[in-house]
Amino acid sequence: MLAYLIRRLFAVVLTLMVVILVTFGIFFIIPKWTGVDPATMYVGKQSDAQAIEAIRQKLGLDDPIVVQFWDFLRGLFMGRDYTSGADTVHCSAPCFGYSFRNEQPIWPVLTDRLPVTLGLAGGAALLWVIGGVVTGIVSALKRGTIWDRTVMTVALAGVSLPIYFTGVVSLAIFSYQLDWVSNEYTEFGTDPALWFSGMILPWVTLAFLYAAMYARLTRATMLEVLGEDYIRTARAKGLREPVVIGKHAMRSTMTPVLTILGMDLGALVGGAILTETTFSLPGLGQAAVAAIGERDLPVILGVTLLTAGAVVVANLIVDLLYAVIDPRVRLS
Amino acid sequence: MSENNVTLQKQRPAAGETLLKVTGLVKHFPITKGLLRRQVGAVQAVDGLSFDVKSGETLGVVGESGCGKSTMGRLITRLLEPTGGTVEFEGRDITHLNVASMRPLRRDVQMIFQDPYSSLNPRHTVGTIVSAPFKLQRITPEGGVKAEVQRLLGRVGLNPEHYNRYPHEFSGGQRQRIGIARALALNPKLVVADEPVSALDVSIQAQVVNLLDDLQEELGLTYVIIAHDLSVIRHVSDRIAVMYLGKIVELTDRKSLYERPMHPYTRALLSAVPVPDPRRRGKRDRILLRGDVPSPIAPPSGCRFHTRCWKATVVCTVEEPPLLALKTGHQVACHHPENHEDLKPGDAALAEVTADGGKVVRTQAPSAAAPATEPTTTAEKAAEKAPAKAAKTATAEAATPGSAPEGAVETAPATSSGEAAGKASKEPAKKPVRKEPGAAEG
Amino acid sequence: MTTESTPGAGGAVSKADGRPSTGAVTKASGRPARRAGAVGEPTTAGAPGTDVFLDVRDLKVHFPTDDGLVKSVDGLSFQLERGKTLGIVGESGSGKSVTSLGIMGLHTVGQYGRGKARISGEIWFDGTDLLAAHPDEVRRLRGREMAMIFQDPLSAMHPYFTVGAQIVEAYRVHHKVDKKKARRRAVELLDRVGIPQPDRRVDDYPHQFSGGMRQRAMIAMALANNPELLIADEPTTALDVTVQAQILDLIRDLQTEFGSAVIVITHDLGVVAELADDILVMYGGRCVERGPAERVFYEPQHPYTWGLLGSMPRIDRDQTDRLIPVHGSPPSLINVPQGCAFNPRCPYADVPADNRTRTERPELKEVGSRHFSACHMTQEERTRIWTEEIAPKL
Repeated sequence: MLAYLIRRLFAVVLTLMVVILVTFGIFFIIPKWTGVDPATMYVGKQSDAQAIEAIRQKLGLDDPIVVQFWDFLRGLFMGRDYTSGADTVHCSAPCFGYSFRNEQPIWPVLTDRLPVTLGLAGGAALLWVIGGVVTGIVSALKRGTIWDRTVMTVALAGVSLPIYFTGVVSLAIFSYQLDWVSNEYTEFGTDPALWFSGMILPWVTLAFLYAAMYARLTRATMLEVLGEDYIRTARAKGLREPVVIGKHAMRSTMTPVLTILGMDLGALVGGAILTETTFSLPGLGQAAVAAIGERDLPVILGVTLLTAGAVVVANLIVDLLYAVIDPRVRLS
Repeated sequence: MSENNVTLQKQRPAAGETLLKVTGLVKHFPITKGLLRRQVGAVQAVDGLSFDVKSGETLGVVGESGCGKSTMGRLITRLLEPTGGTVEFEGRDITHLNVASMRPLRRDVQMIFQDPYSSLNPRHTVGTIVSAPFKLQRITPEGGVKAEVQRLLGRVGLNPEHYNRYPHEFSGGQRQRIGIARALALNPKLVVADEPVSALDVSIQAQVVNLLDDLQEELGLTYVIIAHDLSVIRHVSDRIAVMYLGKIVELTDRKSLYERPMHPYTRALLSAVPVPDPRRRGKRDRILLRGDVPSPIAPPSGCRFHTRCWKATVVCTVEEPPLLALKTGHQVACHHPENHEDLKPGDAALAEVTADGGKVVRTQAPSAAAPATEPTTTAEKAAEKAPAKAAKTATAEAATPGSAPEGAVETAPATSSGEAAGKASKEPAKKPVRKEPGAAEG
Repeated sequence: MTTESTPGAGGAVSKADGRPSTGAVTKASGRPARRAGAVGEPTTAGAPGTDVFLDVRDLKVHFPTDDGLVKSVDGLSFQLERGKTLGIVGESGSGKSVTSLGIMGLHTVGQYGRGKARISGEIWFDGTDLLAAHPDEVRRLRGREMAMIFQDPLSAMHPYFTVGAQIVEAYRVHHKVDKKKARRRAVELLDRVGIPQPDRRVDDYPHQFSGGMRQRAMIAMALANNPELLIADEPTTALDVTVQAQILDLIRDLQTEFGSAVIVITHDLGVVAELADDILVMYGGRCVERGPAERVFYEPQHPYTWGLLGSMPRIDRDQTDRLIPVHGSPPSLINVPQGCAFNPRCPYADVPADNRTRTERPELKEVGSRHFSACHMTQEERTRIWTEEIAPKL
């Protein structure tokens, strides 16, 4: 088990290094190849030559690539200073970069927005896991019936309908028409009730999409598991059906669900771009969209790194949970 | 064995000539671990096989799962690259031929697989499947591909009209016939069949066995048939190789093997097969081996069978017995062969029997008549030499299924002098004698 | 018939027992007396003095599918006495496994929605008709009074639970005992079936066991509640021959010790010859021949049984002749041939006059003491063909 843990951690570190390398390459090396001066990307084409030169010095864009990468890495772990002449800006660790648009380091911008995204993803995940798994199981147990077909049709619709459709429609109905819920984001610290009211629609909309996928996945897995020999053995022992389903079948059904959940949650940390945009939630996704619009490269880079990191870490957690669930992983 | 038997394409070698010669064949599958794929060990699937196959004969290869018989089949047809040793086909070394140089040889060496469900591409029609070898070899048979395929289908007992059907439209037995037709398309000399009938029902099995028989007679085929079923092997083979953990432990003709087996493993294997005869129930001299086959990753030292062998002595744990011809045409790898003079007489019996490596030899009721081919009394001698050790062994075995409590250890030697001597005397101290249910029947 | 004497050596002490065929109802394992009293209800179809406790009457198990109704079992009847072993022999699709699951009531439990099996007939088990009883009553019998061993012990055990936990569970479903006590029972059972170091191996997971040990553990699980009936569905098919011999031996020993009746389902005539007192040959969802093992092997009365015997290569004979296969393939269970299901493959289909084999379904008729065959040929015809044409070639 310990060896497994060490092996997994080692793999995670390696993956993160690759992610950093690739991200760095995309933002700093590829522009050079294509003849675009990164400095102009940072300040915009209209800027005068002097400003560009200042940026270039600050970012060390004239240094060899290896040195640039080293500085970038060091910044992530130890922080760094951007110096141009007498003008020095300190960016403390973890330094994801420095936004010249906003004239501040990236990390605080990200951490400001992270809670919004986490709140959205966490709440929605809770809803969709419960909803999706329960309907999936019921569907599997009642396969072929009207209930099964109806649920699966709704699930198919859920997967197909985009959030900017369901989101806008639900906003129009429940917020603008009926005025049951708030249509603005309020910080939890300011007013928990209002926060909750503002989050209900985003949660439900986002969860609906995912719940549909989870219901289909759970149903398919459950049907497969119910056909396993060990389920027949469990019944042959004289166990009650709820025990057979709840204990024996559920344990195996949860494995693939967990895998997908880990990846989905990891990806959502980077921001549920559509949901946040639709509901005007000041989360990471919205920040990314804004940054793309403003061509604020350091912010895009920061969000990218953060998302990649979250996915990798979520996968690690899933792998560890696997070991807890499945003795064959733990003991081999 | 002819030294120089370079034959022309498609000219049948005379019966009895060596068609395939295997020397010291080894296949180790590396086990890697960690990110760097460091090799931490190897599955010693096949570990030093030497045998030859004569033209026109059927060599049966039998053994339990993990003995390496299927790997052997894939090595001699060169579907796998051997780790060591040589494979010669018609006097030509084919051990390390690459794919391109193997191509002409594929005409002469064909393989039939076990699972008629997965070895045929479900998206191809039977016609496409059976004619594939012609395309691969860029051969156009006389009268055209279609006519030839239909002739082949008819030959293996399928309706030639079913040329355009898909594998799923056929039953298991019919699918196996398709596989056979495909193997026969290029008129091969050697056909290696890996468990050709084990996935089939009994009544279908017989059809396929008979078909293989007929084809051999008609086309002068040479077979290497790999199977775990000793009854099937007995029926189809001229000579038989018994494998255990990557090695051949015994290689001889059918009659000698089944009537006077020399390797203890062969004997145990034969005695373990349930005989479809209720009158013989409880009257057979059955040797029950303890435990399962050890892992081929870390095979036991010395003789690989010593952990389960009731005759094992100290020498067996350290010295690997070579495969020797103890009689004409009867090769055995054992220090203490059955039906033969002991090769290492007087060696000390094994004192320690680990919990997992213990073994039990069980005989039937004393009243059951002892067969004429009663094994030599090696163990008895050993027991006389070291009675205390032997008793200890028996105690260790007391935990095994069906064995009697220790009390039996004391009673057994006592009965050995009486009329119960028949079987009980064989290994008095080691064997808890017990009554077989139904033994008194008849 | 069968009398057992106990030799001086220990080990067999607990087994000394008259076989129920002698009329005695004694139980080696000290079963509660209520069992003996429970018989005598409508189950007594056998001759007086026998101890029939399982009586299957006209069992039909049909599965509706898109292609049509699959008649997996279509009118099967047999009886089983306490402590006896019945071997059900047949090829794939003959309905033998479906029968066993039918007795266990596993076709109806957990079958949700469409595709549910249609079952009819009667299965009298110790005075209860399992098909008429409340599902919960059948569930309480399952695992306690009747238990099952499956073909592939690796897939039949849950990979996520320890072997011990699975045995403990089997015991605690039917016994109100604490976990500690149940665990002791599990260790004891593992020890009994020959698992070395049972107190340590009890905490292992199935994948840490070898194939043979897994099957032993399955047997331990099945025996946890001293069942009256043990159904072994191809118990050794997935095992190597040396391990198969161990498992067959174990089943035989345990049967004597526990006094359970055993139904062993297999395609291997060798296995039934080793274990069974009676043999039932199934073909196309029906019983074609049933009788004492000796009679079925030595005086078989159905052409399909002859076919099976002739198809089988023998380990005990140096036969160089060709095998005598059954031509053709097993029937489709959706379109079972009219008349005798075996008629398209039967070399003697034309022996009975007026084409009866193709129009009329043959009933099981008694052809000897407790020996039944479903064939239109007369007994003289069958005896002549068997002794003159078949037996000499085997």
